[in-house]
Amino acid sequence: MNKMQHKETGQNEWSLRSRMKRSKASYVMLVPYFVLFFFFTVLPVLTSIGLSFTSFNVLEPPKFVLWDNYIRLFLDDDIFKIAIKNTLIFAVITGPISYFMCLIFAWIINEFKGKTRALLTLIFYAPSISGNAYVVWNLILRGDRYGYLNGLLLKFDWINAAIIWMKTEKYVLPMLIVVQLWLSLGTGFLTFIAGLQTVDKTLYEAGAVDGIKNRWQELWYITLPSMKPQLMFGAVMQITSAFAVADISINLAGNPSVNYAGTTIVTHLLDYGSIRYEMGYASAIATILFLLMVGTNKVIQNALRKVGS
Amino acid sequence: MARDDGKPGRRLFRRRHKALNRSMAGNLTLFIFMGICAVFMGLPLVMVINNAFKPLDELFRYPPTIFVRNPGLDNFYDLVVLMSNSWVPLARYILNTVIITGGGTLGHVLFASFAAYPLAKHNFPGKKFLFSIVVLSLMFSWQVTQIPNYLIISRLGINNTYLAVMLPPFAFGLGLYLMKQFMEQIPDSLIESARLDGANEYKIYWTIIMPNVKPAWLTLAVLQFQNMWGNTGSAFLRDEQLKPLQYSLMQIVNGGPARTGAAAVVTLIIAAIPITFFIICQSSIIETMTTSGMKE
Repeated sequence: MNKMQHKETGQNEWSLRSRMKRSKASYVMLVPYFVLFFFFTVLPVLTSIGLSFTSFNVLEPPKFVLWDNYIRLFLDDDIFKIAIKNTLIFAVITGPISYFMCLIFAWIINEFKGKTRALLTLIFYAPSISGNAYVVWNLILRGDRYGYLNGLLLKFDWINAAIIWMKTEKYVLPMLIVVQLWLSLGTGFLTFIAGLQTVDKTLYEAGAVDGIKNRWQELWYITLPSMKPQLMFGAVMQITSAFAVADISINLAGNPSVNYAGTTIVTHLLDYGSIRYEMGYASAIATILFLLMVGTNKVIQNALRKVGS
Repeated sequence: MARDDGKPGRRLFRRRHKALNRSMAGNLTLFIFMGICAVFMGLPLVMVINNAFKPLDELFRYPPTIFVRNPGLDNFYDLVVLMSNSWVPLARYILNTVIITGGGTLGHVLFASFAAYPLAKHNFPGKKFLFSIVVLSLMFSWQVTQIPNYLIISRLGINNTYLAVMLPPFAFGLGLYLMKQFMEQIPDSLIESARLDGANEYKIYWTIIMPNVKPAWLTLAVLQFQNMWGNTGSAFLRDEQLKPLQYSLMQIVNGGPARTGAAAVVTLIIAAIPITFFIICQSSIIETMTTSGMKE
């Protein structure tokens, strides 16, 4: 890798004119994508930060209010406190668990070969790409005795009356976490499956000579250090989706959910953004979500960078 | 542990990678663990499939059953009747979906790969910076930019058109990221020799790079399709005639107990289409993901 870079820079110094000519083509090729990227990613983030310091209802021009939105969020908005709490519970539980699920399942699947491997990959990955089909959980968690979960528990006499899962405060969050975990073997999972296939096989043989006794040691001393880049990418995928939980809460528990038991930062954002049209306030929520996601990602990236060094 | 290491004859087998450091007890533990997890992951989708073929009395049976006893196509018939009575004809919804997902997917693959080539293979000032913003964009989800996006789309005057739904996904960060990582492994010598033959960068992109990154653009297409397929477009599309199939399908799912049968079929359709695309492209996708790691 280093060798290649040296060769490239050497060549560039050798002929500056051809380098400039080439750069022009590079910039031309970047323009279409980055113009759109600017309009639909960079500009929105900046706008959101800007709007968060205003009071804005779309009809009238935004009024500058400085820190008012943030003060209101943290001091007066009790539902936001619930939203933050729920989102953190979600992220702290589903983030790490889903990350390790991705890793462990990928690792086990890697022990299989050919068709079996492809089939197992499909079974585990399918839920995350089945789109809105998670509404099937509505049938599983149905509040009457026709629901699968109630039916099962009633059959074994573990409960004596059907539980209205999604309307009972203490069950909402745990059930949403289960559904979220079901959906969470996505891009990160595929990355790990692929990453495991790239680990140099001769390392395992060398490891066996050096006294590695079982597959667990092999995983810890050889496999994980070899796939550090994939581990970092997978972490980004899992963390970002763990903080963004909203759709499943709205479709399974309703918005607002009973006693706000399923309220997350994103459902709160939707409430103010698309129902109440308080865009300045909603932008403040979005900005906090942005800082929370990027901040967590940066911290975890730094931690993972230290693995094995 | 079940393997007898003492016998000299066994040593031959130990050379084979598969047998290295693997014990029977370990295999069994993992196999059972995997089985339980596979049931948890697979069962809901098994229910989706079975429910679609259940007659109404089985859908409302107590205790509820997972597997269908008398499979029939009643629900499919119900759905067809329901859809043919809708105010906007079914064909129009399907056409909208084809335009939105097809256009969005094609545009994304072209735009992302066009920009990924210079990022992967050229050296120019600002390269590191541009790529680092794209990586940063992977670290937050689209909900963060939802409100400004709505304002920007209105400002551009494309609200309530297909473009409002198609255009923002052209510039998704993940596609560019995966494409750039995959292109990096194309040998430089291949590009150099094309340059010596007098090809310009656009020609190299089209005739050398694109054919060599087929797994990557298939992956981008599948990922983008999944995104577009799940989109009901309700934030931007007000006209009923412009809305995609997913919108009308979700209306049926949310239609209450009277539509249980049709909704079961709809759920099957919603899940089956992206899963089918994945099955077709699975090996290309895995190949692309091998290069997805974050290098420093």
